[in-house]
Amino acid sequence: MVPFGFLKRSTPETTDHRTADRGFLVFENTTEVIQAENILRSGGWKIRVMGPPPEIRTGCDLVIEFPLIEGLKILKTLEHAGLDPLQTVPVTSPLLEPVGLFQIKDFGRYLMVRAANMKLTVDRETLTIVNVSGGGCPDVPYLGEQMVGRPLASAPEPREVGHTLCGYALQMAFDEMRRRCSQS
Amino acid sequence: MLAVVGTIPDPGFPLVADSVTMECGVISVDGHRASVNRGTPALLAAAARALEALGQPPPFAYLVGDTGRGDGSRRLYEYICGHLERENHRTVALHYMQPDVEWHRRFMLAIGRMAQPPTLVADAGFMYAAKMSGQSQAYDLFTPDIGEMAFLADEAAPHPFYTRGFILHEEDRVEDLIARAYTHQNAAQYLLVKGRQDYLADRDGIQAVIDSHTEEAMEAIGGTGDTLTGVVAALSAGGMKIADAAVAAAKVNRLAGFHAHPTPGTQVDEIIRQIPRALDEILDDAKA
Repeated sequence: MVPFGFLKRSTPETTDHRTADRGFLVFENTTEVIQAENILRSGGWKIRVMGPPPEIRTGCDLVIEFPLIEGLKILKTLEHAGLDPLQTVPVTSPLLEPVGLFQIKDFGRYLMVRAANMKLTVDRETLTIVNVSGGGCPDVPYLGEQMVGRPLASAPEPREVGHTLCGYALQMAFDEMRRRCSQS
Repeated sequence: MLAVVGTIPDPGFPLVADSVTMECGVISVDGHRASVNRGTPALLAAAARALEALGQPPPFAYLVGDTGRGDGSRRLYEYICGHLERENHRTVALHYMQPDVEWHRRFMLAIGRMAQPPTLVADAGFMYAAKMSGQSQAYDLFTPDIGEMAFLADEAAPHPFYTRGFILHEEDRVEDLIARAYTHQNAAQYLLVKGRQDYLADRDGIQAVIDSHTEEAMEAIGGTGDTLTGVVAALSAGGMKIADAAVAAAKVNRLAGFHAHPTPGTQVDEIIRQIPRALDEILDDAKA
């Protein structure tokens, strides 16, 4: 018996791999779509305005297709312009949601929080970030350089210096770590 | 010869293609230096130490600066697509790059034009790109950790950030995750799954469990997965079959960690320094 076989939904034969690294930005109205399109094009991103797929039931009748991996930087750019998309979803699976579970590992003096593929470790005695591990996008080693050795309270946040979905996952681990350390 | 493709977390680092030298704990390529803390520099440092201990030539690196915008990665994709076919690399290790489906497709075409197809080892962003592109099976080895293994197992997820919650990222489910990845053709010919125990698997299931010298702290240390990939790639380039190289490298990486007496605050360069000693011990044990 194949494990999880009953949950099989899409197969390699049916998945359109050409768009697997693309996402949709969904907005409330077409005015926001046009504003976002201008901002992202002037920022140099390869985007496309198009009609939404049937799975997307919110927003207006236009969406922006964008490079999914660079979602963190794109969302930050739109936020600075006062634009807040209703949804950000992968093109190939618009119903997917970001990972919402955390794995916690208690080393005694050290605490590690994992979100998706990213791990953040803090020295509880000094509340200093001692390691960042995991991930695969090129901002991960950069984020590690920027954050390791810095106090948790004043370290740069991944959302400010990262660009990618790995950076986004690290932000989630960072937020969870701050929440846990503020309680202890 | 081993070739390594990856990025340096410095936007000013130029595109370089040359042999790697180690100088005072930093890597140097074509006169450009990068510190070894995690990512592709850690992979290269581990590979360089291992190859030196094996009496092999140093790794050849294709590198560019990229901090996540992807522009450096795209320039490097373009470069290797135009140059790889003229090279004779025995093993190519693909590492931290911005996942890009179209460039990955062109990369596979370039590999297909090489006179002698190399052994392909992928980790990090390049492994994500291979899975996204539906071309995982063209690779000889992936080296995921348990979170990335869950991503490979989830046929719908385009990135680990979107791995569905019902696919638990727990090490005690690793056998199910491996089977699911192969069912959906999202695994390389071999998988080396990094964790508290390391697992070598193929489409028939788990072939080896490596649990010697367990150091819990290793999971927290950034770069320990990169060093493992570097040692596997070095052993493969030295002539070892990829499955044997994966098992030996897992033992070497764990023993190097053991010799470093790590805490979760240890930095990876302390472990890399132990690789030659660990490699000697593991290869001597294999001969005995």
